Amino acid sequence: MSRFLKFTLVAGITISATATAVWPGEYGLGREALPEEIAAWDVKIMPDGRGLPEGSGDVWTGDEVFAEHCAACHGDFAEGIGNWPKLAGGQGTLDHKDPLKTVGSYWPHLSTVWDYVNRSMPFGNAQSLTPDDVYAITAYILYSNNLVDDDFVLSHENFAEFEMPNADGFIVDDRAVTEYAIWHGEPCMENCKDSVEITMRAAVLDVTPDEEGTETEAAAPAEPEPVEAAAVEIAPEPASAPDPELVAAGEKVFRKCKACHQVGEGAKNRVGPQLNDVMGRAAGAVDGFKYSSALEGMAADGLVWDQENLAAFLANPRGFMKETRMAFAGLRSDEDIAAITAYLSTFGE
Amino acid sequence: MSKLFKGKPTSRRAFLRGSVAAAAGVVTASAAQAGTPDPLITDVQPWATGLGDGVDASPYGLPIEYESDVVRRNVEWLTADTISSINFTPIHALDGTITPQGCAFERHHSGAIDLRKEDYRLMINGLVDRPLVFTYADLERFPRENHVYFCECAANTGMEWAGAQLNGAQFTHGMIHNMEYTGVPLRTLLEEAGLDVAGDLKDKWVYVEGADASSNGRSIPMGKALGDCLVAFKANGEALRKEHGYPVRLVVPGWEGNMWVKWIRRIEVTDGPVESREETSKYTDTLADGTSRKWTWVMDAKSVITSPSPQAPITHGKGPLVITGLAWSGHGAITRVDVSKDGGKTWETARLAKEGEAKALTRFYLDTTWDGEEMLLQSRAMDDTGYIQPTKAQLREVRGENSIYHNNCIQTWWVRPNGEAENVEVS
Repeated sequence: MSRFLKFTLVAGITISATATAVWPGEYGLGREALPEEIAAWDVKIMPDGRGLPEGSGDVWTGDEVFAEHCAACHGDFAEGIGNWPKLAGGQGTLDHKDPLKTVGSYWPHLSTVWDYVNRSMPFGNAQSLTPDDVYAITAYILYSNNLVDDDFVLSHENFAEFEMPNADGFIVDDRAVTEYAIWHGEPCMENCKDSVEITMRAAVLDVTPDEEGTETEAAAPAEPEPVEAAAVEIAPEPASAPDPELVAAGEKVFRKCKACHQVGEGAKNRVGPQLNDVMGRAAGAVDGFKYSSALEGMAADGLVWDQENLAAFLANPRGFMKETRMAFAGLRSDEDIAAITAYLSTFGE
Repeated sequence: MSKLFKGKPTSRRAFLRGSVAAAAGVVTASAAQAGTPDPLITDVQPWATGLGDGVDASPYGLPIEYESDVVRRNVEWLTADTISSINFTPIHALDGTITPQGCAFERHHSGAIDLRKEDYRLMINGLVDRPLVFTYADLERFPRENHVYFCECAANTGMEWAGAQLNGAQFTHGMIHNMEYTGVPLRTLLEEAGLDVAGDLKDKWVYVEGADASSNGRSIPMGKALGDCLVAFKANGEALRKEHGYPVRLVVPGWEGNMWVKWIRRIEVTDGPVESREETSKYTDTLADGTSRKWTWVMDAKSVITSPSPQAPITHGKGPLVITGLAWSGHGAITRVDVSKDGGKTWETARLAKEGEAKALTRFYLDTTWDGEEMLLQSRAMDDTGYIQPTKAQLREVRGENSIYHNNCIQTWWVRPNGEAENVEVS
């Protein structure tokens, strides 16, 4: 009963707060958005450059900022790593069998680059760049596409002058004329073609995912628990097995890392090495992963990923290892670091 | 999407092994029917003697374990990472038209975020008389509506442009779901903020963006925004799932799924399109000559046979057979679906489970008799604008093979005498 009373009390306060903000709208709901709030959320850039903050950035600064924040996925030269987007190249390929659509070959507006980098990048650390960083990265992407020289400086003042190579490459949806007008009327029901031959089969390509994973699960629904128990037994000090709450918190923190690192059964090297059994492991020891020379140097000096080193690395990757290729800015909170090391410690080989 | 035709080494599909086992089971059961009494009937079974679960065994129920294969599936090689990726609804295993939220496809750009109702804010700004901020509780105080709509990713069937590639209706056509939404018309919210200052609305746009790190944003012409768009907070009667934008998403009926912004946090009235990343570098359709169509928002009429299909082979031998599938159109209601068993030489009109609803999935059935011979199954949808779903050859003739998006071609399943089915292309 007391909980119910408390709830209604809170609800009562909310109602009175809303009631004070009456607007001439039909329902008088909501409240006026404050200028600071609009400024915080309304960061979109229009194609003509409206919305750009003051600032500037040159190609060489862009090269550095790009290497730090973007190259882990997009490559040092914006050429793209693996399946991550390629940002440079591809000009003249749009009418080819397999066109390469990049900023240089495809994007019609430069505003889109600035807007997207500013609001949505870097992946996993969005909205962390300064306007000057964004100008510099944008300038560097143009340079990577051979669209500007290496002395180019992009700023809010010259932004609108820049025309993208494929600016005229788009037409407004014309399906009404080119398609709807044709695919219309009474369809054929009999003798619609003389012969039917199979011209292509999906089984020949065989790129469909197997469904064996789910079959295994269905066959042995109660299996995972014993496996975890075994992992705990193997740990050298069962008494200090990680706190399950901390591990759960660490799993959430690990989302920041998942774009580049895998853990668990079947973990593979991606942009970063797989992290099974990382706790207590010698640095640079994962087979088949190409480490930075910075990491290889420290590994040669005997770096081991114990609790202390890993915590120091995660708190400030570049402070701990100058010129590491890991583009991650670091974890600000000690709790997050404790949680993630606890989480990683649950993954054996 | 650029990684077409790169795959794994050949291995026999697990579901085909499954189907063979299932067929064997059917044979045994049939034998029992022929003379031997069926022990499932003559013996007292444990479930007929003991007791089942009590209420509350599962306060929020999940499907029984025997249905554990009816799940969303991902095609790993399509994207770099599951955080910015898509998976597929198991349409081959569903019936009716409503997609359960738990197996409705997901598409995220920066992962599915945790956003509490209490932390939710929706801003309306730009060319409005009064920029406003709403809480979740505010939204619940506006008059609301219920509508069933399909949501289809523009890239659904996008891997099939260059040829038959993925072997299963889930993978070729599973970037779709169909739910009953509860929400407030976008028009109501825009009018609450006031559009007088916007002047002539004909050339005005509404830019919508999400609260997640990608802040996926799209420009919608004012006509559509004041039309049937819904700011929705319930689907199929319950709260939206996290992966579908909890607590609030935009519903843009009949238009490509990317515009259905999840975790919607801001609605801005603008004097032109923003030309954001998702409406320039993505979700534009490149034609054979290298020019690209933009603003291709509407999802044209389309259909697919969900069973039999590669993941749902025929396991009962010849005789009565139910051929079933789904049809939909972003322009309006489905009026008719035809089915061909011979790759498009002859067609017969299927039965619609009920009259087609505008911009919602329609279920069709062809109740037929299978002679045990091979079939090349196709379905062809028509909508109330008179549009007829085209063949892949017709689409290619107009667009080439590089469009990625908006592939609404007629699909062919090759069903063999053993009941197995395969995704094929025919002349």
